[in-house]
Amino acid sequence: MMSNDERLAYMAEQIYRNFAAQGRDMAIASTVDHIVSFWDPRMKAQAFAMLDDPAVRLSDGARAVFEKLRIETGAVG
Amino acid sequence: MTFTREKDFGTPEAMGEAVSLTIDGQEIAVPAGTSIMRAAAMVETDIPKLCATDSLESFGSCRLCLVEIEGRAGYPASCTTPVAPGMVVHTESERLRKLRRGVMELYISDHPLDCLTCSANGDCELQDQAGAVGLRDVRFGYEGENHLEGCKDESNPYFTFDPAKCIVCSRCVRACDETQGTLALTVDGRGFASKIAASQDESFLSSECVSCGACVQACPTSALIENTVIEKGTPDRSVVTTCAYCGVGCAFRAEMRGEELVRMVPWKDGKANHGHSCVKGRFAWGYAQHRDRVLNPMVRGAVDEPWREVSWEEAIAHVASEYRRIQKDYGTRAIGGITSSRCTNEETFLVQKLVRQGFGNNNVDTCARVCHSPTGYGLKTTFGTSAGTQDFDSVQYADVILVIGANPTDGHPVFASLMKRRLRQGAKLIVVDPRRIDLVRSPHIEASHHLPLRPGTNVAMLTAMAHVIVTEGLVDEAYVRERCDTEAYAEWAEFVSDPAHSPEAIEELTGVPAADVRAAARLYATGGNAAIYYGLGVTEHSQGSSTVMAIANLAMATGNVGKEGTGVNPLRGQNNVQGACDMGSFPHEFSGYRHVSDNAARAQFEQDWGVALDPEPGLRIPNMLDAATDGTFKGIFIQGEDILQSDPNTKHVAAGLAAMECVVVQDLFLNETANYAHVFLPGSTFLEKDGTFTNAERRIQRVRKVMEPRNGYGDWEVVQLVANAMGLGWTYTHPSQIMDEIARLTPTFAGVNYQMLDERGSLQWPVNAAAPGGTPMMHIDHFVRGKGNFVVTDYVPTDERTGPRFPLLLTTGRILSQYNVGAQTRRTANVNWHEEDRLEIHPHDAENRGIRDGNWVSLRSRAGETTLRALITDRVAPGVVYTTFHHPDTQANVITTDFSDWATNCPEYKVTAVQVTPSNGPSDWQQSYRAQAEQSRRIEPAEPAE
Ligand code: SF4
Ligand code: SF4
Ligand code: SF4
Ligand code: FES
Repeated sequence: MMSNDERLAYMAEQIYRNFAAQGRDMAIASTVDHIVSFWDPRMKAQAFAMLDDPAVRLSDGARAVFEKLRIETGAVG
Repeated sequence: MTFTREKDFGTPEAMGEAVSLTIDGQEIAVPAGTSIMRAAAMVETDIPKLCATDSLESFGSCRLCLVEIEGRAGYPASCTTPVAPGMVVHTESERLRKLRRGVMELYISDHPLDCLTCSANGDCELQDQAGAVGLRDVRFGYEGENHLEGCKDESNPYFTFDPAKCIVCSRCVRACDETQGTLALTVDGRGFASKIAASQDESFLSSECVSCGACVQACPTSALIENTVIEKGTPDRSVVTTCAYCGVGCAFRAEMRGEELVRMVPWKDGKANHGHSCVKGRFAWGYAQHRDRVLNPMVRGAVDEPWREVSWEEAIAHVASEYRRIQKDYGTRAIGGITSSRCTNEETFLVQKLVRQGFGNNNVDTCARVCHSPTGYGLKTTFGTSAGTQDFDSVQYADVILVIGANPTDGHPVFASLMKRRLRQGAKLIVVDPRRIDLVRSPHIEASHHLPLRPGTNVAMLTAMAHVIVTEGLVDEAYVRERCDTEAYAEWAEFVSDPAHSPEAIEELTGVPAADVRAAARLYATGGNAAIYYGLGVTEHSQGSSTVMAIANLAMATGNVGKEGTGVNPLRGQNNVQGACDMGSFPHEFSGYRHVSDNAARAQFEQDWGVALDPEPGLRIPNMLDAATDGTFKGIFIQGEDILQSDPNTKHVAAGLAAMECVVVQDLFLNETANYAHVFLPGSTFLEKDGTFTNAERRIQRVRKVMEPRNGYGDWEVVQLVANAMGLGWTYTHPSQIMDEIARLTPTFAGVNYQMLDERGSLQWPVNAAAPGGTPMMHIDHFVRGKGNFVVTDYVPTDERTGPRFPLLLTTGRILSQYNVGAQTRRTANVNWHEEDRLEIHPHDAENRGIRDGNWVSLRSRAGETTLRALITDRVAPGVVYTTFHHPDTQANVITTDFSDWATNCPEYKVTAVQVTPSNGPSDWQQSYRAQAEQSRRIEPAEPAE
């Protein structure tokens, strides 16, 4: 079974895949919107911590989503 | 309310133009098609009758209801003779009285004369009618051939059939046919030898009877009678209330004798059930008095300690101080709450208010997370509102009914009866389901198409149907142009037209022949009014939300939203799951589905509640459990939900609960979740409190207190005690005041109040200035969001895949007699129908594994292992196995994984890759779980006061 970090990254990737038919940029934007609407601050903070941790391997989709999320929410990078 | 029988007009209501006639000198206008009997009853002239009752079509067999009509010869039966313009009817004359007495005499001469000791004494139509026709003496004597020696059938745990009391009026047979649609009863033999038989002259219990009680209700004598009436006597008062089991929301008369409930009788004026019921609401209410019910609050320091009974004051003070301590130690967001779809609107509203106002965060979620959260997301995105479009009665106007991922005869039985009636009248049926559910073929019903798709391929299937509709030119273009966002439509139409989405292209994936998919799509698009009904087989998938949107797309493309007989209709599971969602139980929304970041909405609540509210969404249930195992979430208030049994991946749920410092469970019983609780607050049943439930048609109905809460408080009062111990200063003295607050803060409930509910019986939201009487059907002229929104739903296969280790797909469901985790139904005689969860497996898969019917098998997935017994059946396709999750010993959710819907985290219960092998007994997990549960349930009684 997945660890909590893996599960969070998986969730982002899964949302992204469901928007993928919109094309990459739109899919990233839609995923970010979705996360802003539905994730609590702790989950977002956890996502940013994963971005900053070199030991964490994120899929392309999840990484792109978390990066854009950080910019959009004004969280310090 | 004192006890009065509901008025019986003798024959059903008619709908025609007004016709005037005279009855016993009184002029009356009634709809054409009305029987003389009904017309007379409308002017308070009750014509004697035995074989007629207004829930059934008239039959004309007893000949007691004869009347005279001027200008017509003879004495026609008033129940089978329709009114005609200018007709002059006489219901009383010496000749009529004599004829009726003669008929009655024949009946009575073959009936035991033990009225005074009969259980139905005072509640028997035969007795009443004998009085009404003035029968004083029976000339034929009682010595002749009779039926008085017939043997009683006491096999059904809830009712008894005594053939000696039967007058062979066939009301029971017709009730089973017309009202219930099971056709379990027949009149066996002819003339004097006729008798009532269940199935092939079997006992009721072993027959096809589903114990709905319709026949018992229809029976005019005590031939069919509730066992509780035999035991407790006839009722002396009644209170109208709402069933607390499923989302159909049947209205009942709780018939009482003093403080004791004698029977629950479906209420004829109930708008959702029209006087019908199923075995659960009608009979399975004994759990309220079950000895397992916990009535005193309990506290303990750690979950391996025994429970200590304490006073309410001590328990509540402990909860408040623990929550405040945790927030001080770990932060405001370290605690949260879960509202219950079993509780009232008022109670769920208070729990989310406790969290938002008292805990100061949005960490509130509800069991809808694990069932219909994708419905909320999908229908809001496409139509603009998180609810079904129609009322139940709308199905009577449907020409084509598409049932996908739902099993209405088991899950929503009373609505299924209504649907089956429409199907028997000739509406066409399409079933999309991996399993051959009963509807596919039942008496007088046969689905035009059953598409037995592989679990997890719903989106591919619906997109293929859309492909057929778009590429074959079957779209209702005028509707789409006028009602929908045409840009979104164009994008969607282009997407679905891609040959990669054709039925042929996905045939291998879904396992359904392309020709069947094409034929089903054509029928849906061109067969007239087409309605879609769906259930958890749609939502509980990794693409649950996409599936809901794909359904909405189909309905919009064919113009099937906004008129009778059409629509998108989620069959909601729990009695108040719609209400729990409406009341702001989700961590991102206030009541009425307004996002917590919506400044205007938040300001309204802040002003009313006098505190600043958190604009950030809170944690969903699975996120709470993750946060708990991460050490940041430490306390929870769980009202009326057993997440340990009902939520996926039991081991993860257990780990999450075990990591918390203050788990408070409020429930009727020490449920499985309570094994991990530090505080247990006893709950009250729906019979013990006032409030409202909202059913699957958005219908708000009253729940009325019929007896005092055995635990001392209604659940809303307990939440208020906790809130006040945390310093919130709530002052509600009756749930109606909570509803007034809901109405004040929720635009779709603006016009709802108890007085109006009492006057009208029920209201369907939105109820506001634009729709003061409520809204039976939504999106009539325009969608709530303005233009209907087509959403591209790309098929993304689940990551839960079969392979060599786990070659079979497990899907789960429930059955008629049990209810979800079974906390209530397992504590009633319903166990007669379902003693244990079984694993359905196809004969081919069973044979390959050396498994025989009834063998113990081990069921294993990546998440865990359990054992249960096998049931070999071709209802499931090869490669698919199926089980229910009603019994804690089985722990089917040990098997389910933590994959979930991409948009809402609704768990993917319906697809788990598993292996099945022969087994000797319980798995290690089951054994250690049982030991833990036993250990955890010990109770130390309170020390006696000095
Ligand atoms: S059991 Fe009751 S309803 Fe059925 S035929 Fe006999 S008397 Fe009539
Ligand atoms: S209880 Fe319901 S299903 Fe059973 S025989 Fe009576 S009407 Fe038919
Ligand atoms: S159909 Fe549902 S609401 Fe109606 S009686 Fe059965 S369980 Fe209760
Ligand atoms: S009531 Fe009319 S014939 Fe029986």
